This record gives sequence, structure tokens and C-alpha cells, in this order.
Amino acid sequence: MFQHDRLNNEITFFQKIKNLDYILLISVILLSVISVFVMYSTDGGDILFHTKNHFVKLIVFFPLMIFVALFNIKFWHNFSYLIYFVVILLLVWVSFFGIKSSGSQRWMDVYFFVLQPSELMKIAIIMCLAKYYHRLKIENVNSFTSITIVLSIIFIPTIFVISQPDLGTSILIALSGLIILWLGGVKIKYFIYSFITFLISLPFIISFLKPYQKLRILTFLDPDRDPLGAGYQIIQSKIAIGSGGLDGKGFLKGTQSYLDFLPEKHTDFIFTLFSEEFGFIGSVGLLILYAIIIFRIIRIGSISRSNFAKLFCFGFAFAIFIYIVVNLSMVLGLLPIVGSPLPIMSYGGSSMLATMIGFGIVLSAKINHKQMIA
Amino acid sequence: MIKSNSGIRKTDVINRRMFIIGAAKVVVFAAIVARLFSLQINENKKYLTLSDKNRIREWKLPPTRGNIVDYFGNVIAGNLKVYQLHIIPEQVENFNYLLVRLKKLLNLSDKKITRINKLKAELKPWDSIIVSENLSWSQFVKINNYLYDLVGIKPVMTISRNYPFKDVYTHVLGYVSQPNEQEILDNQIIQERFVPGMKIGKLGLEKRLENYLIGTNAIQRYEVNAYGKRINQLEHQKGEQGSKIRLTVDTEIQKACAELLNEKAGSISVMDIYTGDIIAMYSSPSYDPNLFLFGISQDEWQLIRNNPLKPLINKTLSGLYSPGSTIKPIVALSALENKVIDTKFKVKCTGKMELYGQTFHCWKEKGHGWVSLKNAMKQSCDTYFYEVARLLGVDRLNITAEKFGLGKKVLGQYFENEKKGLFPNTKWKKNNLGKGWVLGETLITGIGQGYIQSTPLQLCMMTAQIANGGYKIKPKIIVDSNPVSYEDAKQSMESGLLFDTNSETLLDKKLFKDKKNIKIVQEAMFSSTNERFGTSYKSRIDDPKYQFAGKTGTAQVKRISKRERELDLELEQIPYKDRDHALYVAYGPYINPRYALSIIVEHGGSGSKAAAPIAKKLFKLIIDRHELREQQSNFERITI
Repeated sequence: MFQHDRLNNEITFFQKIKNLDYILLISVILLSVISVFVMYSTDGGDILFHTKNHFVKLIVFFPLMIFVALFNIKFWHNFSYLIYFVVILLLVWVSFFGIKSSGSQRWMDVYFFVLQPSELMKIAIIMCLAKYYHRLKIENVNSFTSITIVLSIIFIPTIFVISQPDLGTSILIALSGLIILWLGGVKIKYFIYSFITFLISLPFIISFLKPYQKLRILTFLDPDRDPLGAGYQIIQSKIAIGSGGLDGKGFLKGTQSYLDFLPEKHTDFIFTLFSEEFGFIGSVGLLILYAIIIFRIIRIGSISRSNFAKLFCFGFAFAIFIYIVVNLSMVLGLLPIVGSPLPIMSYGGSSMLATMIGFGIVLSAKINHKQMIA
Repeated sequence: MIKSNSGIRKTDVINRRMFIIGAAKVVVFAAIVARLFSLQINENKKYLTLSDKNRIREWKLPPTRGNIVDYFGNVIAGNLKVYQLHIIPEQVENFNYLLVRLKKLLNLSDKKITRINKLKAELKPWDSIIVSENLSWSQFVKINNYLYDLVGIKPVMTISRNYPFKDVYTHVLGYVSQPNEQEILDNQIIQERFVPGMKIGKLGLEKRLENYLIGTNAIQRYEVNAYGKRINQLEHQKGEQGSKIRLTVDTEIQKACAELLNEKAGSISVMDIYTGDIIAMYSSPSYDPNLFLFGISQDEWQLIRNNPLKPLINKTLSGLYSPGSTIKPIVALSALENKVIDTKFKVKCTGKMELYGQTFHCWKEKGHGWVSLKNAMKQSCDTYFYEVARLLGVDRLNITAEKFGLGKKVLGQYFENEKKGLFPNTKWKKNNLGKGWVLGETLITGIGQGYIQSTPLQLCMMTAQIANGGYKIKPKIIVDSNPVSYEDAKQSMESGLLFDTNSETLLDKKLFKDKKNIKIVQEAMFSSTNERFGTSYKSRIDDPKYQFAGKTGTAQVKRISKRERELDLELEQIPYKDRDHALYVAYGPYINPRYALSIIVEHGGSGSKAAAPIAKKLFKLIIDRHELREQQSNFERITI
């Protein structure tokens, strides 16, 4: 025991760099490079605002990821509650003083860029719950108190984010939290019961939705009911993807995107553009790249000795997975349109920041996978 | 170690649950790949089409109308390059400044400026506004000189309809102008090919032959963005000019007709007595169809509309006149055919005829004395024809008259405004007026007055059918068409519009019982023009090459009162509206005749003074042109 501790504590900088997960690292770099090229295409084959900004963000956030990785996983464990609490404070601050844009208030200006705290919450909630379940005795997992506490941890930020309003992100936060409950060992029947309750109460929930959100659901069910209005985005997205065919229309030749038929092509619909230009082969390739990343994160989780690292890695892997699934299902017309970015690919600093921090902690877990946390 | 134990257990739980999720992830990813496969591989074609539909938009350009040419290939309705001025609002730096400059350069009216501003508000910034549809060359040059200062304007060359002979052919061709909504809806071809700025036929042959003349649109395909802005041109597909239509008319003769009727109201028709070709068909006064191309001004329109000589009416086809004495050849023929009279039959004319207490006057107060058919026709004795009509009866006369085309449309399907006129009989009066026929009405029908109404073209055809020996002809104004496709050709055959489908043998077209009777009438008409005391003797031509036979007519427009008869006023003393219409029908040359004509001068006075002299001038030209025409007919089916 002693020896282990000593070894871990005295690990040198070069050893840390050597212990990074290079498959994960290379995959992330590859994804970043692809994302810059796709952003270049959304700018119409020119290095304009979006391409520049996206590139600068990658240049800043990639070293940040390495920097996060250099901290011992124990450090992240120790500060998890604090980080969660700080992000909650940011959410509170935003709900009072945030920047308003297109009907919602979810951003804060931190001078060098505009921060969206709800994106950070996606990571913070995983850290917080991972720490909670790491410390919780297995006997108490299904106790009333613990379940009440974890549900509060999940729903407090969720409610803040819903009220911004930002349904998409709040669902993703809630799902990221719930997955830790699942991994932590909450009884399966509880999940089943709450799912049934959710289904029953669905009509009530829908009645509380804002009119535009209801419209999105109706549009999802039948996009052709208003092809130039609410259904426009999803119809155009399907046309773009479908017209890509096996090998796509070619780089910078996506007519749907460069003739402006595609809405939100920088952010939520970035995959549509990619898929139009690179076709089925490119799309599946991108999915494989994401699958490798997810698989590497799970692997790091499974070799980690501490439960905190395990829970975080599995939770984060699931979160990445769910972001991808929600985003792709949306652009492929399998789910209603909820604003949700595609990790790394989509334009948006906060989302990229959160994802990079997540990768950083995963890499920290890799470097310190033998570390036990009391 | 309890903690450590429970830790191990917890790890197991986490790993087991992770495995379940991992399996779920694989399933979900597979589902997404399946969806991608279905969209991109299975339905690729469908979405590719949709994507092209999104990005490719077609712009139709106005089609070029087919030319209409006369028998000799002279273009009588053609196309002309015109210079237009467009503004492209998005390229303009200062719109108001530009308008001020243009207003000065082109003398635009304030109304026009307001219209341009209104258009600018309505159209997309990249859609061009047409400032002027028809710039003169000097204006075009001026604009080009100042182009550096007029940012955002575009001088454009385009094609417009043109009628080189101006008012000469208006009543034949009609004119083209902007279609209204109803006209677009009514014609599917126009609907398909319509583009703003396109002109369609509004009247006459231009309207009737719209579907042949219209041509197909040139199509430009552009790639457009989501807002409809053109990004780049993909393809230019040339349109096909509409079919060329060749008419039977002769511009030289048509022009001569226009000159002869200058400042008079009336009509001249000339017809080939064998083929039925209409050589000329002029209604006077006429108006310039070119005025309608770019929208006629209110002043010009009022001038045409309010002209007392009624230029808007096509008198040849829709003017209804009493034929007057020009009907006498038919009355004579009918009587001969029905064996009511023979050449020896004589009537004593005392200047009037009494019937049931009513007096029927001959035009010659002193009377003609004893007259036979030949003399009666020569001097146009009314009394003789009163008596013949009385013996013949109106119903028998009606049969002969209708055989020769009176009371029926001549060109029917070509002109919408053609009228069929009226030749009465007893049954007609009973059905339409509810009264019985009176014998007195038979008498005045015998001299072409009363209910009887005919168009100048009917009289021309009637004369032609007497001249050709009494055979039925089918008048036509179109020689051949240049159908764009087999389908078009077939369709035109079926509608009988462009080709004469009449395949009857000459025998079936016989309009007489005894050929001798036709000859008698022809001789009587000859004497009327070429023998002393004939009503048109003064207008005769002695040269047998040009010699013609004819019959004058003077149609009363109102009943002549006793007082007026006694006054016997000179023409100038009678108010214009009350003067008689002057008519003349003729055919020539007398030996081997080929052409027939009818002339009407509204309120011209007597036929012998006002109408017959016109025929004299015209016949020379018609016969002189005959040889040229014959040569041309060898090339009948060749596209000119």
C-alpha cells in the first residue's frame, strides 16, 4: 500500500506525459482537425469568423485539456463538490444578469468569450455525483435519504436550465446525472417505475411546454405539416443528408449548405453539412471515430482502481454518447429538434470547453489509474 | 477491510451496469447507422432530386412570335429588336439620384417615377425593374454615354412585335399586347409560356392563330440560394420561334385598297374566284397596331375610339349592309333557275309600281319603259325586279341566295368578329318577328333592301361564285403553315383551320341547275359595265386584258320621304349620316375571269359614282399582279 502511494505521488511530469492515452489523444486531435475543415466549409470555403474562432478555441482548449490531465485525479475528486457549487452559482447569476439572445437568457460575458454555464454543468454534475457515489456505502445506495439527495443534485441545475429556457441542455444534464445513479447501483425497478410515471405524466409535462416547444414535437411527428415554417429545418436537413449519397458531394460542394438552405449549419446541424459533403462513408467514419473515443474512455474507466474515476469515466462516456445520439437523431429526423451540439464538431466555446475538461479529467484518470482514493 | 470489501462490491455493480449500457450503446449506434443507410443509400435518388429542386431554378424568357408573311413572302407581322432600360435595385447606390438623372435624360413623367418606386417596393432587390420598354436609338445612345454615372441600370436588347405596314393589315392581323388575367387562364399554352412582358394576340389572326404563332420560351437555368438570389447560370436552352404563317393576301393590292378608301369609311375585298384565296381585305379607316405594343396612350386611344368613321369595326366582316342592287344578279339567277322568267320576259317600267295601295319607286322617276332582263340589269331597273321578285316569291329567292353564301359566315373559324348577316324568308319572319310575310317585303327584298343584310365579304364571294361559272368555293386567307410538329399539323387538319380539307369534286360544288342561266347573268353584268346606259359604264376598261363585269348598288340607310324624293337633293346637301351607301361588285377579266371584288363606301352616295370608279383603278393592278402571283404559286409549299 505504502509503495503504491509513494509511486503515485512522486510521478514525474515526463512520466505523466508518457502515461497519457495516445489513442484517445490522437482521436481527439483528428476530430478537431476534421471540425476545422468542416467549419471552413460552413464559411463557404473561406477562412472567416467561424473558422477562425473555432480554430482559436481549439488552440486554447486543447492545452487546457492537457493541463487538466496533469492534476491528480484525487485533486478533481476533492474539488468536485466545489466545482458543482460554483457552476450552480454561475447558473443563478446567469438567470439574473445573463445575456439575452433570441428569447433565452443563458450566457455570461467573461471578457474573452461568452460562457454558457449550463454546458459546464454537464461535466460538473457527473463529477459531483461520481464523488457522491464514490463515498456512499453500497448499503445506503437505495436509501430514501441518498436518493433524495442525488435527485436534488440533478434537478436543481436542471430546473435552472429549463427556466432559461433551454430544454435540450437540461435534458442532457438530467440524463448525465441519472446515468451515474444507474451506475451507482440504484435499483432497476426504481428506474422502471419512474419511467412509467414519466410516461403517464407526459401529457401534463407537454401542457407546460412553451408553444414553440410543442410546435417542435408536432413538427417532428409530421415535418410536412408546415414545410416552410417549423418543418423547414428538419426537411432541409434530411434533403442534405439524403442527397449526400454513398460518397458525398465532395468537400466544399454541399449545395444545401453553401446556398443557405441549411439552417444552423455551424452549430446543431454541423453533421448535416459533413454528411452532405462526405456521404455515408464519411458519416460512418465519423461515427467510428466517436465510437473509438467512447470506447477508450470506458477502457480507462475499467482499468481505474478508484470508483470515482470509474464513475466519472463511464458517466462521461455515456454523456458523450448521449450528446451524439441526440444530435444525430435530431438531424436525421428521429427525434424532435432540441438544441444540442455535436461534441467538438459544433461551433460553440462552452460546449467545447466542457468537453475538453471532461477529456482532461479522463486523461488524468488514465495517468493515475492506479491511484486509490480514500 | 470492510470498506475495501464493499468497495470491491461496488466496483462489480458499476462494471456490470456499465456492460448493460455498453450493449445498449452498440444497439443505438447501429440504429443510427441504419438510418443513415436508409437516407443516403436507399433514398438517395429522392433526396438528390429534392436538393436539385431546391437549388436550381428556371427562368423563362418571352418566346419569339412566328412571322406572318403575305403571299409573296413579305413580312407583314414580324419582330424587331427593341432597346429596353432595366434597373437592378440592389446595384443602385443612390436610387433617388438615379431616378432624377433618368427623368431628365428620358423625359419620364411623374406618374412613371411613382410607378417605378412602387415596383421597387414590391420586387426583390435583384429583380430588374423595366423603366422603358421601347427606347429610341438616340435615347439608347444617350443612356450608354452616361452609363458610368448611372450605376445599377442595364440597357437590354430584346425582341418585340412589329407591323411594318402599320394600319394596312390591322383588320386582318389584329395586334398583340399584354394579356390580362382572364386571357392567361383561358389558354393553357399561354399559361404555360407566360412571362411578364410577354405579348399575346388580342384580335384578328394574331389572336386566332396564337397557339401556332406563340413560340416556345428560351429557358435559363440558374443555381439559386435559399433566398432566391441567382448564384450562377447553369444552362441556356434556346426557345423556338413560333410557326411562320403565310397568308393569301397581296400587300401591293392591300395597300392600294387602303389608298383608294383614304378618308372614307368602307371596305374592299378581293378574292380569287377558283381557289377562294383572299387577295385583299381592307376595312377603312384603320389604325396603327404598333400603338398597342407598349400600351396605347389615353389620348391616342380616345382619338381612335371617337372617330365617327369607326376605325375599330372590321367593316369587311362585321359590317352589315343592305346589298341594294348588287343582289339583282342573284334575283335574276333565281328567277331563271325556277323558270319564272326567260330572257324574252319584259316588264314596263313607269318609274313606280303600285301594290295594294302602296307605291314602290324605281330609282329613275321617268321610268325605263319596256325592259328585258339584260336591260333591267344594265340600267338597274327596280320595277323589273319588283315584278320578278313578286313572281318568284321570297322563299325561292332565299334558297338561291343561301346557296351563294348569303346569310352564312364566309371565313367563320378565322375571325371571331365575323357576322353572318341575314337573308330573310317567310319562315324566318314568322319565327323571329311573329308576323306573317307581306308581299311588299318580297318586292323590296328583290332590290336588296328591307330585312336583308350582308357583309362585304359575302357579296365578294357571291360575285366570285357567279364569275367562276356557279361553283362553290371555300374562301381562305392562309396558304400553308409551317407546323412545328406532326401533332400540330394533324391538329390543324382536324380543325380545318390551316388546310382546305374540302375534297369534294367540282360536280358536288355545282350551285346551278342550268349552266345557261349563269351565262345569262354574267352577260347581263357585263352589259351593265361595258354597254352604253350601263350604270357603271363610265368606269369600264375597254382593254380586254383588264375588262371587267360588275353590278352597282346603292343602299338606302333610311326611308326616302315623299318630300325628299321631290327635292332630289345633291349628295353634299344631305347630312352625312343619311347619305346612301355606295356598293359595287365585279369580276374580271371578263374573258377567262380570275378575280372578284366587292367595294362598299359608307354614305358614299350612288354605287356608280362612288364605288365603281374604285374598281376601275383596282382592276388594273389586280390583273397586272396576276402573273407574279401565278409564278409564286409554284412555290406554294415552300417555306419562305
